[in-house]
Order: sequence, then structure tokens, then C-alpha cells
Amino acid sequence: MKKIKDEVLSGRLLLSDGAWGTFLHQKGLKPGECPENWNLTRPEDIRDIARSYILAGADMIETNSFGGNRFKLKRYGLEDKTKAINEAAARISREAAGLEKHVLGSMGPSGIILLLGDVSSEELYDAFREQAEALATGGADAIIVETMSDLDEAVIAVKAAKENTICEVICTMTFEKTLDGGYKTMMGISPSDIPVKLKEAGADIIGSNCGNGTKAMVDIAKELRSVTPDMPLIIQGNAGMPKYLHGQTVFQESPEETASFVPDLIKAGVNIIGGCCGTTPEHIRLIAEIISIMKKWPTP
Amino acid sequence: MTDILEQIAHCIEFGKINKQSPYPPDMKGQDGADEYTKAALEQGVAAGDILKKGLVPGMQKVGIKFRENKIFVPQVLMSAKAMSTAMVHLKPFFQSGEVVRKGKFVIGTVAGDLHDIGKNLVSMMVEGAGWEVIDLGVDVSIDRFLKAVEENPSCIVGLSAMLTTTMVNMSTLVTTIKEKHPNQKVIIGGAPLNNDFCAEIGADFYSPDPQGAIEYLDALVI
Repeated sequence: MKKIKDEVLSGRLLLSDGAWGTFLHQKGLKPGECPENWNLTRPEDIRDIARSYILAGADMIETNSFGGNRFKLKRYGLEDKTKAINEAAARISREAAGLEKHVLGSMGPSGIILLLGDVSSEELYDAFREQAEALATGGADAIIVETMSDLDEAVIAVKAAKENTICEVICTMTFEKTLDGGYKTMMGISPSDIPVKLKEAGADIIGSNCGNGTKAMVDIAKELRSVTPDMPLIIQGNAGMPKYLHGQTVFQESPEETASFVPDLIKAGVNIIGGCCGTTPEHIRLIAEIISIMKKWPTP
Repeated sequence: MTDILEQIAHCIEFGKINKQSPYPPDMKGQDGADEYTKAALEQGVAAGDILKKGLVPGMQKVGIKFRENKIFVPQVLMSAKAMSTAMVHLKPFFQSGEVVRKGKFVIGTVAGDLHDIGKNLVSMMVEGAGWEVIDLGVDVSIDRFLKAVEENPSCIVGLSAMLTTTMVNMSTLVTTIKEKHPNQKVIIGGAPLNNDFCAEIGADFYSPDPQGAIEYLDALVI
């Protein structure tokens, strides 16, 4: 299989998948239930989500392992199943992706703040290594360290994946707009702070995910591109901010609206586009359409 | 006396825990909240003054700078650590009743939600504002909130949720608490929330940041 990085360098625009978490809730995941445990207890539902993004045209899909590190699984008493849960996550996505499409093993934050001293860098590294190795064993060809807000934790996770697997490593961080109009993670990290350190740690591809909608992602992408002229960039935005309507929460950004920002993202230098919370296979299908039109009319 | 209280406030504002702490770099080797609080008590400064004129003004500056995006979570956490180090010395005075705090604040992340970072920030900052905080933790059931309300008459309740799927639980929680205790004040916070949601579920107040919650709480007791 070709490396994602090489595909990007050959000039291709690639499409990733959309939301998993919000999709799981639609399928009946209860609040307080461990999403990753469904890899073992309800693999058919997980395969369904994976397949729906492949059918929508995605070149790569993630795995249901965002909270699959042992610190998060421990909250559900499932830390002893860390290996099995992550292997199953990658296996299910690989079955749906076949051998042509990429499987990105998802690794989200540990939920513990390094700075408070409740966990050491070594313990964090070991936990991410355990998760990355299991995802690789299950069939992931890339690891995506995602939704990070602490750059130190992101660096540790990227290193753990790079040094212990043969997978390509992607890292995305989540930024919010500040009052002065710039973007920062909740830990105070700017987009322009991340490329050098993440590249040093071994990341092949960097970018941003989650956040406050696709429109803000255009600014974030521009800032990232301004400091890293050559690294492949990935953007996976939320479908806007959730609104509470008639007893349930809904994401406001329609597939059409999300897709409408795609030309701007591409102009900003983004190479891989997908979605995060609230995006659906329909969002991904429409992004695919725009990408295929853009390919016919290449921007100079 | 004013001097040492100003030093304490300064240590809280900039997160200087104690002499050993290397943070912040420009205060390396200097005394921190720990040493100054101890010294103040030894000099005979009243514990109540240390709280009201040292810790509270220091934390207030932190809250305002955080709201204005001038500092971020790491700086707030260091300030909170400095504050809790100072609080250790004041604890006996709370227990003996010599120092009376502004009131009781019961806080927890709602059922189904295991996120604690935002809840902990609010918890620490409200404590730093001079309130007694009863932190029920994460994934807190309706029954546990009700029990805490009954055990702590005249407390104010704070609910936290990080997920769009669990914020919905706040609605039932607010309704249940208010049915049993019509005058109970309930405030809410969390990433996916906003004022419209607050109004729709009948909560008393929503704040997008800890300082807003503190200002609301303080206004209730003044």
C-alpha cells in the first residue's frame, strides 16, 4: 500500500471519514457506556459505521479507539482489555477498508494533565505505545493522534507510535478562537507552535480537528501552512457547534455548508479533508463531490 | 501586614507554589504561597485576612485573565496548586469556625459523563474565591445530587457536562431538583452549553468561564 504522505506529495487531494462518536450514539450507545467496548460486544455496528464512510468515498477511515488508552478504559474497569479492544478496532476498520484504503488507528488524549504530576511522561508513553502497537497489529497502516490540546502529550503520543510501529503518524490538535481573534488550544498552544515539535517527534502529517465548525478551520489551516510549507495537512472539523432543540442536541452545519468551505480549505493548502463530531457519511459524500470537481479545475 | 498579603496574592496570581517549585521561571528560588502563608500566620495575621486579602484577590486576577484569554489552563492549574498549598495552613481555622466562608457550592459532572478537567477548574477557582466546595466527582447520579442538596441546606449547585449526549441529562436533573426544592439555585457550565440551553432547561445561570460562575455566586451572598 502506498504511503498517505507519498500520495499527497504526488498531488492528490484525499478524503478522510466523518464522526464516529455521534454516529455511535445514534446507534444506541448510552451515556456512560464505553464506546470502545462496542468493538468487542457490537462489532457489526462498528463495521457498519466504517463501511458507510468507505461507501461515501473516503480514502481513509479511522478506528473506534479514540478513548482506547488504558487511562480512559480504566474509568470503565476495562484497562485489562486495552490490547483486545484496540486490535479489534483496527481489524473491523480494515475489514471495511479492504487493502486499497487506509486505516488510521485513532488515539485521543489520556484525559490526564501531565503538568499536575498525576502521571509521568514515561507512563504516558507506555500507554500510547501499548495502544499504537495493538492498532498496528489489528491492521492500521497509520496512527492518528487526535484532538490534542497539550503539545507535550501530543509529542509523547506521536513518539510512542513512531518508535514502536511501522505506521505513518498523523497528529491533529483542537483550537478555539480567542478574544483577540487568534486560535489557541485550551492549554494555550497556537497552530504555529506545533509543526516543528510534532515533526521532530516523528509526525508525517499534521493538522486540526474538532473545534467550532469548518469555517474556522480555514484560518487555522492558513496559519499552519504559513509555518510549514511542505508537511501534508489534514483538517477534520465539527459540523458547527451543537444546538439544543426539542430535547436533543443537533449539529447545525449541513453537508452542503460543510462542503462549501472545501475550496477555501484547499486554497489554504490542505491536502486531506474529512469531518469530526456531527459530520455524517452525507457530509463526506458531498466533500468528495467538491474534491472531484476541484480536480478537474485545478487551481493555479 | 499588607506587604505579606500582597506577596501571597502575587504567588497565587502567578502560580508560585513554594520555594522548590521551578515555576514560574522568573520567581525561581523565591518563597511561594506555602512559605508566605505560614509566615503570615506566625506573624499573627488573621487567617480570615489571609483568605480574603491574599488568596481571594490573587485568584480573582487569575479568573479574569483566564476569561480574557490572557492565560490558559496550565497557568490556572499552577495558581490553583499554589492556592491549595496555602489552604492547607488555613484548614484548622475553617474547622474551628474562626474563618467563615461565603457559602457552600456543590459541584459534579452529570451522569454518563466522565470528563473532569472543566469541573475541576471551576471547583478549584470557586474554592479560591472563598467558598466551601463539595466536589461530587464525575458521572454523578440524580440521587447523589439530591442527597448533597439535602445534606447542605442553602448550598448552590453547579452542573458540568462535556458531551452533547450528556448535557441532555442536565434537563432532567434541574427539573427533579427544582420539583423537590423549588428555591434551590442551579448553575451550569461545559463546552457544548449556552444561554439558550440554560433558559430551556430552567437552570438559574450559565457561565462560559469559571469567573462568571464566581461573580454569580458572590452576588447571591452580598
